[in-house]
Amino acid sequence: MMEMIFEMLSYPFMVRAFTVGALVALCSALLGVSLVLKRYSMIGDGLSHVGFGALAIAASLNMAPLAAAIPVVIAAAVLLLRIRGNSRIKGDAAIALISTSSLAIGVMVISMTTGMNTDVYNYMFGSILAMSEEDVLLSVVMAVIVLVLFVFFYHKIFAITFDETFAQATGVKADLYNTLIAVLTAVTIVLGMRMMGALLISSLIIFPALTSMRVCKTFRSVIINSAVISVVCLAAGITVSYVWATPAGASVVMANITALLIYSLIGLIRNKGK
Amino acid sequence: MPLIKCENVSIGYEGQTVVKDLNFIIEKGDYLCVVGENGSGKSTLIKSLLGLKSVEEGRIAFGDGLRQNEIGYLPQQNDTQKDFPASVYEVVLSGRLNSRGIRPFYTSQDKKEALDKMSLLGIRDLERQCFRDLSGGQKQRVLLARALCATKSLLLLDEPVTGLDPIVTGEFYQLIRRINRDSGIAVVMVSHDIESAVADATHILHLQETALFFGTTEDYRNSQIGRKFLGGAHDGNDL
Repeated sequence: MMEMIFEMLSYPFMVRAFTVGALVALCSALLGVSLVLKRYSMIGDGLSHVGFGALAIAASLNMAPLAAAIPVVIAAAVLLLRIRGNSRIKGDAAIALISTSSLAIGVMVISMTTGMNTDVYNYMFGSILAMSEEDVLLSVVMAVIVLVLFVFFYHKIFAITFDETFAQATGVKADLYNTLIAVLTAVTIVLGMRMMGALLISSLIIFPALTSMRVCKTFRSVIINSAVISVVCLAAGITVSYVWATPAGASVVMANITALLIYSLIGLIRNKGK
Repeated sequence: MPLIKCENVSIGYEGQTVVKDLNFIIEKGDYLCVVGENGSGKSTLIKSLLGLKSVEEGRIAFGDGLRQNEIGYLPQQNDTQKDFPASVYEVVLSGRLNSRGIRPFYTSQDKKEALDKMSLLGIRDLERQCFRDLSGGQKQRVLLARALCATKSLLLLDEPVTGLDPIVTGEFYQLIRRINRDSGIAVVMVSHDIESAVADATHILHLQETALFFGTTEDYRNSQIGRKFLGGAHDGNDL
């Protein structure tokens, strides 16, 4: 067992995958609690599809993938929040529209340039090999930013998540924090999607929050549990992916499903006990 | 100087005026009930009092030490809160946010304040309970405690007894009366429940796009509009 772990970590690409993965998992879990509770879960999914489209276009134009995708996805995140606020097209329909459109655009661009190849497959379902030195650096920077902002604004984020109107009435600039959360989510998703896959990255946002909510009864414990669950599941998933050569993204989601089932069971037993 | 003074206020959405030429004042210790039919502009007025919606004309002036972000607001319950994992303590404490400003963490003074308000409303023993597990009446008390944490002088209650059973409703009104009387906190309550409104309030504001009536409850009872509306409420109940 120990031998296997040492062997695994002797590959630089695995160390990179673990580092980026753990940091992305941590950030997405923190942001996810607020997004899930505010009924914004599908935004994560929508953004990852936009990210796919942006990456495809960037690749066909020989641009740096992250530099191109991050601004596009941030713009999409802000747009989705606005639509959600006031629009004739309802929020969920708007997300479906935007996400399928970007997916279609991405697929069209790829098929016209490089053709459907392994790259596309990797974008869709993720690859453990996808992380570069640059990604590691970026994810460390992003994780530090998310953590600092999250701790600093923790009480405000709680207030906005619990009751946006009350928070606004007591002078909290809710729009500002909503936008901040959307922007950070966008960056997290773009960083994580090449490893997790465009189709699976939103699981990192949704699963840990829902899992910890099965058992935890305070906001603080939900946040802490989500962060721990998310990182543990990611490590477990990547290890499985390495040992059995399964796709990274799917393996991580399987680990998350397991965690959700375990927590649901604990929650059920607890409620019965009362 | 009154706590709030509304002068010739008009509020609207995209050119359509919902409330116009509104004049009223709220003094320290007043208990004002805002009544009126659905769509009469009650919610719009609340938003403007809270600063969530700007007025098109006129002005809303705050005085006597009250700042706009120091109104203790009890909103109608929203969907999100039904399954929200938060302890009672966390919710009540969030009422202290307006005294924080940019500073990120609560002080021991804030925490003491939160616990005091919980004791005042008889929910101290629920401190560690999860908000979503509470009954409707308990939830309203928690949100009222939060509102009290946010204010020293004015509570703004938006249809606070919706969905509560008659006994709990009675207890809730009693609680509001006590807070109003004992702490001298002014109360502004938006309500459909016209009979309780008239029973408890010192002043009535009857909205129908503009103020059909503003004055003391006594005068309202004797006014034509008051008699008509109160009579109407009785007819409604008989059906």
